[in-house]
Amino acid sequence: MVWFHNLSVTEQFLLVSAIKIVCVFCVVMPAVAYSVLAERKISAMIQDRVGPNRVGPGGLWQPLADGIKTFLKEDFVPAHVRKAYFWLAPMVSMTPALLVLAVIPFGSNLGGEHMVIADLNVGILYTFGIVSLGVYGIVLAGYASNSKYPFLGGIRSSAQMISYEIAMGMSVIPVFLIVGDLNLSKVIEYQYQHCWLVFKAPVSFVIFVIAAFAETNRLPFDLPESEQELVGGYHTEYSSMKFALFFMGEYANMIAASAMMVTLFLGGWTLPIGGLNGPADSILMGVAHLVIFMAKVAVLMGLFIWVRWMWPRFRYDQLMDLGWRRFLPLSLVNILATALVLWMVA
Amino acid sequence: MIVKRTKLNFWERLYLPAVIAGFRVTIRHFFKKKVTMQYPEEKWKVPEGYRGAPYLVKDPEGRTKCVSCQLCEFICPPKAIRITPPGPVADPAVGNVEKAPHEFKIDMLRCIFCGLCQEVCPEEAIFLMKDYSLTGLTRQEMVYDKTKLLAMGGIHDDQIWKWKHK
Repeated sequence: MVWFHNLSVTEQFLLVSAIKIVCVFCVVMPAVAYSVLAERKISAMIQDRVGPNRVGPGGLWQPLADGIKTFLKEDFVPAHVRKAYFWLAPMVSMTPALLVLAVIPFGSNLGGEHMVIADLNVGILYTFGIVSLGVYGIVLAGYASNSKYPFLGGIRSSAQMISYEIAMGMSVIPVFLIVGDLNLSKVIEYQYQHCWLVFKAPVSFVIFVIAAFAETNRLPFDLPESEQELVGGYHTEYSSMKFALFFMGEYANMIAASAMMVTLFLGGWTLPIGGLNGPADSILMGVAHLVIFMAKVAVLMGLFIWVRWMWPRFRYDQLMDLGWRRFLPLSLVNILATALVLWMVA
Repeated sequence: MIVKRTKLNFWERLYLPAVIAGFRVTIRHFFKKKVTMQYPEEKWKVPEGYRGAPYLVKDPEGRTKCVSCQLCEFICPPKAIRITPPGPVADPAVGNVEKAPHEFKIDMLRCIFCGLCQEVCPEEAIFLMKDYSLTGLTRQEMVYDKTKLLAMGGIHDDQIWKWKHK
């Protein structure tokens, strides 16, 4: 480790960050692949089927087969598309999901190193800034495809994601009123010192969960995709790896949203039992925190998947009604109520 | 009769009862016994009277029952059967048994498994059996010839020993 200490502080920071980025990427990508498998398995179970079970024991290597398949498929570009945007859209839809993960503290510390890629002071603002970019991928895809169904999907998506982003942003304000900081590490610190914020701001949590469903285009809010009426919506014209990027983007978004929910409301990497309720002082405890965080994310992913096979899709006007006329006022009242309570207590 | 159309009450409009009911349904099905059949390993029981692939049969003494009357060839709606009769020269090996076909071909890709060949056969020499999964890598492979048809058909245990005393 001598050579490491010989490096300058900047070089050390760059090296450690690079390692963290690679590690997070190497965990998130298989997680995306395996959430697809989980989705297929759970949907099969709910529909009295067995699901993929041919590749490996119980279909364990199915994601690998899917990956090979999408790589080997013909990458067909229809003649009528707007080429540059057509190429750009899948990248734009995949990238924000991965960028959000940069500010999420996914563990306490491991060998004195904080388990977060970028410990930003304005973590949550960064997140909302990046998440709102996600809509561009879909809108661009709808525009670039130059045919009617993707176009309708793109339009729906822009309206939906923009309206739910407001409710989502409003819903987290009480959290920061309570915590008094925008840094996500500080949010977790507050949660292990006091209690999980889901108990202190339950209304915020409910609004945030529902808005997260809308932001990630999952049922019951998957209007941009609408398999039945829009034949796949924004990605109708896409094939091969470009389609796979949209697909992976959706699941990466779900993982990012789950990670956000865990961090903001469900105590992040902490667990109020077994002495795990605080920063780790040993490697083993650090690893335990990583596992706890991933387990919590996995549970929320299960929720995302389960809901998809449980409820029908909202109608478009119902969706807008819910966003603007129910959740927006509710979240405003929630902010006011939280502020009043905090003012009375203080 | 007047049907009363009640408005949804507040509880119902909350969407929550539907949520709970949906959750109950999905959880029940999640743990239910699965209906999927693991096809190549498990297979369904073919019922009696099933019309599968038509094959030629032999009698209990191992003779080909077909006498090349070509009725099946003529009745076959998709023209899947092609028979080559033996011609004037009899095969000394089969003795008195007349006109065993020189060649008998069924194109399984054309066959519609209607069973008319079985119905029309005066010798009870062709039967639709229980095979339903016929596969091959080429079109030629799917045209079954006499040897294959006889091998697949096997021996038919009939009571009339037609050729025994001839």
